[in-house]
Formats: sequence, structure tokens, C-alpha cells
Amino acid sequence: MKKIIIFILLLIQSSFIFASEEVYLEKAPIDLSDQPSLQKGARTFINYCLNCHSAKYMRYNKLLDIGLSKKDIKENLLFTGKKIGDPMEISMPVKESKKWFGATPPDLSVTARSRGSDWIYSYMKGFYRDSSREIGWNNLVYANSAMPHILWELQGEQELDKNTGKLSLIKAGKLNQKEYDSVITDLTNFITYMSEPDQLKRKKMGFYVVGFLLLLLVLTIKLKKEFWKDIK
Amino acid sequence: MAKKIDSQDSAGFIGWIDERFPLSSFIKNHLTEYYAPKNFNFWYLFGALALFVFVMQILTGIFLTMHYKPDAAQAFASVEYIMRDVSFGWLIRYMHSTGSSLFFVVIYLHMFKSLMYGSYQKPRELLWIFGVAIFLALMAEAFFGYLLPWGQMSYWGAQVIVNLFAAVPFIGPDLAEWVRGDYLISDATLNRFFAFHVIALPLALAGLILTHLIALHEVGSNNPDGVEIKNYKDKKTGIPLDGIPFHPYYTVKDLIGLTVFLIVFASIIFFAPEMGGYFLEANNFIPADPLVTPSHIAPVWYFTPFYSILRAVPPILNSQFPGVAAMGLSVIIFAFVPWLDKSPVRSIRYKGILFKKWLGAFVVSFIILGYLGTVPSTIWGQFPNVLPLLGGSDVATVVARIFTIVYFSFFILMPIYSKKSITKPVPTRVTMK
Amino acid sequence: MANKSKKVNLDRRRFLVTATSVTGAIGATALGVPFVSSMLPSEKAKAAGASVQVDVSKVEQGKVLTTEWRGQPVWILNRSDEMINSLKSNPKKLADPNLKVSSQQPKYCQNKTRSIKPNMLVIVGICTHLGCAPSPRLSPKGDMGENWEGGFFCPCHGSKFDLAGRVFKGSPAPTNLVVPPHKYLDENIIILGEDTKEKA
Repeated sequence: MKKIIIFILLLIQSSFIFASEEVYLEKAPIDLSDQPSLQKGARTFINYCLNCHSAKYMRYNKLLDIGLSKKDIKENLLFTGKKIGDPMEISMPVKESKKWFGATPPDLSVTARSRGSDWIYSYMKGFYRDSSREIGWNNLVYANSAMPHILWELQGEQELDKNTGKLSLIKAGKLNQKEYDSVITDLTNFITYMSEPDQLKRKKMGFYVVGFLLLLLVLTIKLKKEFWKDIK
Repeated sequence: MAKKIDSQDSAGFIGWIDERFPLSSFIKNHLTEYYAPKNFNFWYLFGALALFVFVMQILTGIFLTMHYKPDAAQAFASVEYIMRDVSFGWLIRYMHSTGSSLFFVVIYLHMFKSLMYGSYQKPRELLWIFGVAIFLALMAEAFFGYLLPWGQMSYWGAQVIVNLFAAVPFIGPDLAEWVRGDYLISDATLNRFFAFHVIALPLALAGLILTHLIALHEVGSNNPDGVEIKNYKDKKTGIPLDGIPFHPYYTVKDLIGLTVFLIVFASIIFFAPEMGGYFLEANNFIPADPLVTPSHIAPVWYFTPFYSILRAVPPILNSQFPGVAAMGLSVIIFAFVPWLDKSPVRSIRYKGILFKKWLGAFVVSFIILGYLGTVPSTIWGQFPNVLPLLGGSDVATVVARIFTIVYFSFFILMPIYSKKSITKPVPTRVTMK
Repeated sequence: MANKSKKVNLDRRRFLVTATSVTGAIGATALGVPFVSSMLPSEKAKAAGASVQVDVSKVEQGKVLTTEWRGQPVWILNRSDEMINSLKSNPKKLADPNLKVSSQQPKYCQNKTRSIKPNMLVIVGICTHLGCAPSPRLSPKGDMGENWEGGFFCPCHGSKFDLAGRVFKGSPAPTNLVVPPHKYLDENIIILGEDTKEKA
């Protein structure tokens, strides 16, 4: 028993140590059932991210599930020559991108599952000006990231206070902070949706399946009791 | 026990079959007239559940194989293809990934039951050994299967484990190279692991499960009292007085357990298929990259107690082999339990407090080692340098060493404490609790 | 067993067995659905099998263009007037001159030339017998014999079709060649695999 108590105490203590080592991530206020948010996120994703990053496991026609119309997708979101059933691939060759960025921009189809939504949300808010770097940008969440701040026109420019580790706006962008946060929320929402497009369907289905199994459970319990009347 | 069926017993279509194939007698011998002790508790459910999970894994596996590509260039993409493009592919994949973890949950509980109730004691030694063989085959099956998604964790997990073979004295490096078929984990490795995972080991498992069941039905089931029900039979019928037909009594009882299991199974699949990163690890959603090692590599949770033992044993004479040997031994040692247990009684109900304490210590060490295997060894920091002996070493490593000793002591000291432990009198007939 | 227990309510027992079995069977059937449907064409196959655009402006009269749709060869034949005339001459020799097997062409091609525009034949180049690939034998006579007026010939088992893909009597092929769903986007662009009724 003593051992167990010590173990639990150690566990609690360890979680503090662990947390302090990690980069602080802001909780992404996303809602996968919010279709307008997903639609806005999809537009931001396709207009900004999809130039360098691919999402090659995601098909355009999955956008129908978040309430976009076929016509809208075809006219506003599809690259020329692409069909609605095509995956979100990009034409930038790997070699070129490596030359430009020093690293190939990763495919973003399942990034929300490897990094987590909070990471994406914090990352997109964590860019700051860093003159020591060739690209002129650095990131609080992912130090020395090869990616420049694509949305800087929207957010403006931030600066890192080396002492406090906090970011502050030094040059305003087109959007105020609240508006920018909402753009990033929508974007994160979409990237999370994209990492498993059927996840809402999955959860909905789960309720029916578990409900059915509970019914079956009642029956099996009654059945067992009936038969075990024989056993003394 | 097996009564020969006269052909005039059955008529019609069943009769026609019985003359050519022992259908009715098979059903009688193994279900309707297979007498199991009437005092099974819920621990006796997990064997049947393990069989169910095995069948589900085979079934979902067949359908995954229809879409999966065992090719380093396509494997990761083909898994995402299953998750998105194949109709209900996500469901089948989650069933398989959740099934593999739950397989181990069920098997561990099944093994724990046997340790509690002495189900390995004479005459069930072979039954137990077949069980240990199934466990070994299952570990291999899971290990090979884990490479297939070709994510970072798949890749580096396999890299680390295969490199363990390199620690074998003399032939090690050649052996590791032979296992991989390359100088690093590569397409060749993936292809052969696929072959082992989808045909070699499932076949071996099916055979072992069959022998396990044949052995079980030969010696009959043990029970929570550890009383041999065959000792008291009805003089006229020869049926054990404490035995009840497996069907319908235990089939209906197992149905409840199965349904409860299915509720757990479905809840994980539909609501938390990643199970907080324990069943599907976040890093495995990054395609395998031989040039980038993830900052922290941990095996899937069901391997972590053994992995902890591997890490806990310090290298001796610059060789990793002692750790590897200890890990191997920590699994193999289960096979010797029938001869290590010198207690005159089977069940923990009558074995005395000393044995209970040791079994408890074993379970605690298994869980703590399991937890430590999932985290970096630096997780609890270091002992202050002022401490003698321990100064500067990782706290977690020291804790893992202590519990590794407890783990092995449970087995090695068993002949002593099982003899010393004061037993309670065993009833002659089973009790219903 | 009945002698053992004094008061077994057999009706209740039978009812519970039936109820559990039926519920279990429903569950098992529902479980079968994902497995069966996983073998249907995937999203990838559907995307690859989606409509194809073909420019037919360069297909000369009397010539055939072979394109691909859903991995099948599709012929686009620009029939000359003589070729169209030849279709009228031989109804008795055909197995199904009046297109009674309506599954072999969309409704809008259920006509004398089996096409939207009389001259432009769009047809899947797969024999309705066992799936071999027939070859166009457009010119009359030649090695096809004195009575041949042009058409398609399957080398596997000798099925013969006329210039509208209708099968001749005595061929092993049971039905006419398939006209795929298609529509004209404009004068020269054909979309294969999409109908006018399915508005995009």
C-alpha cells in the first residue's frame, strides 16, 4: 500500500515537471460541428496553405460534407484542371521546395493527429520577427521553423520579449487580434476536421451502436438468470 | 466422458451427417456434455473473450489486407486510403487497432486468473505452457503488425527492437541484418513483416489455440476453489456433481461478458480510437523517416513492462546483452511457474497471506514497469549528487530496477514462499460465492 | 433437463432465447454491412472513374478515336453517310435491331443510330460475350467476307457487330455493345460518364 501511495505522489509530481518542460500551448477553441467555421477554415486553408503544403489524402469532394456546394467548390476552390474527386495535391516539386525553404513543407492531411489541434492553433499565433534568421521569422512554438509567417498581412508583426518570453504586436495587420484569432480558429478547425473527415459521423454512429448493445445486454442478463435458475 | 453416439440416436439430415462426420458427438463432447465447474466467477470469461478477439482480428485483418500495400513507398498512404477512401475502412481499421490492444488486456487478465487460482498446477502444466506459447506468438504478431502503418513510431520501434538482436554475442550484428534484410529497416523489412503478420503467425496462433483448447478439454477446467470436480461424480451417470454443461449455462453467462466487452470495445472505437495516444500514437501519423528520430520512442503499452526491464538492466562489459536476456527471460519465465509453485493448494483462496502479498507485489511491479516503459527515463529527474551511490542517476531508472527485482523475485523465490505460506484447509467440494 | 428442475417456465425461456438470438442476429448483420461495403469501389476508384472530357473535333469522317473511361476503351466513331445508310439495310440479320435490351444504351441513345448526333457513335469497346476487346472493321468486305458492311469484330469467339454496335445473329455475344452515358458540353466536347439529367 505504501508503495502505491509513493507511486501516486511521484506521478503527480512528475506531471508538473513534464508540463514545465513542454512549450505552452493555447487551447484551440474549435468546434467540429460548426459548419460555417469549417467552411471559412477551408477557404483560408486552400488560399494560403495549399500553395506550399499538400493535403494529399483529402479529397475536394469531402468539402461537400461541411456544407459547401459543388458549384462553389468548382468555381472558387478547385485549382484549374482539377476534378472534384481529386485529392488536394500541389504542383510544387519536392526538390524546388527544398531549395526554397530548406525543408519540404510537410503534407497537412493528418497533422492535427500528429501535432494536435492546440499545437496548430498556437503555432499559427506564434510567429515573431527575428532578424537573425534568413527568412526573417521565427516561431515560439516551433523554434527555428523553416516556415515564414504566411498570414503576416492579416496579423501584423510580433516581437518576442526575451525576458518574459511573451509576444507583442509591433506592427498592426489588416485584422485586429480578435479577428485574427477567429481566422486561426477556423483554420485549425478545418485542419482538425480534415485529419479524419468522418470523425463526427463516427461519434454519432457510436451512440446507436452502444445503445443497441445495452439492449442486448439487458436480454443476455435476463437469459442467463433464467437458465441459471437450474443451478443450485 | 465421450460417449459414442449410436447412429439411430439421430435421424434426418443431422443423422446423415453423423454417419460421415462426428458432428453431434463433437457438440456433445465440447458443449452440451462438457462439464465445467459450476462456481466460475467473472475471471473465467477472458479465455472465451480472447478467442472472440482473435476471430475479430482475423476477420478485420482479411479486409484490411484487401486495401493495404506492404510497400515502403505506399504503406502510409494506403492506411490513410483505408481511413478515408474505402467505405467504412476507418471502422475496420479502428476495430483492428483497438482489437490488438484489447487482445492484450484480455490475455493479461486471463493469465492473472491462472496465477490466482493455480490453473497451471498438475495436471494443467501443458495447458499453461501452450498458453505461454500463445502469449509469445501474440507478442510477435503484434510487433510485426505494428510496423505496417509505416509511421515514425512503427519505424523507430522496429529499429530499436531489431537492434536488440544485434546485442546477441558473436552473431548479433549479422542476425539483425538478416532479420531486416537490409542495413536499416526498409522496404524489405516491411515486406517480410507483412508476411509474418498476415499468414505465418496467425497460422501458428490458430494451431496453438487449438492445442490449448484440446488440452483444456482433456484435463477439464480448474475453478476459483482449485477443487478437482472429477473426484466427486454421480455414481450412476458419471457426471461430476459440481459440473454443469458448458452449453447452455456458460454460453449464456459468457454472452453477458461478451456484450459488456463489446460495449467497451465499441466505446473505444467510436469515441476514443486513439485512447489518449496509448492505442494509436500521435507520432505514428507522421510517415516513417529514416533520417529523423522522434525525441521519445516508446513501444505500445502492452510491451512496456518488458521494455522497462530491458532499460533497467545496466550494460555489463559494454554489452547490451544482459538487458536483452533479462527481457527475454521476463517472458519465458512464465513457462516455469508450474514447477516453481510448491504450494499444496491451487487457489489463492486457500494459499495464505504470504502468497497473496507476493502476487500483489508482482502486479504492482508489472503496472509500474508498464507505466515507466511509456515515458522517458528522465521523467522523475535525478537524485541529488550528495546522495551516496544513487547520486546523479535517474530516479525512474532506479525505481524500474527495484521493480525489476520484485518482478523476478516473484518467480525465483516462489519455491520458497509458496512452501512457507500457511495454507487454509481446502473444501472437498466447490463453493458458490 | 426437464426432470431436474421442477418449475421451469419453458415459454419464458424460449422467448428469451428467441429474443436474444434475433437481436444478436440483427447486430451481426449490421456488423456485416461495413465489411461488405468496404469492397465496393472506393472514393479513389470513383474519382478515377469520374467523367472524362473528349475533344472530337479532330475525328475525321469514317475514322474512329479510342479513348479511355473507367479503364475501358471507348470508341468514338464519326460515321459517314454511307455508314449510316448501312445501318438500315440489315435488321433481319441482327439479334436485337430494335434495342429491346434497354440496359445497353441510355434512353437518349435509344434510337436508330444509337447516338445523340446521328453520325457520332460513342461505344464501349468491350465484347458483351466474355469481355474481350473487339476490333473495328469499318470498311466493307475484305477479309470479313462478301456480305460485311463494316462494323466491329471480336477475335476471341467471333462475335460480329454492325456500325451501331448491334450484334449480328449467330454471334456468341448475347447483347449489343454498350453505349456509355455521355453528353455534349458544346459542339465538339463530349463528356463521358455524365448525363444531362445529372446536373452538375
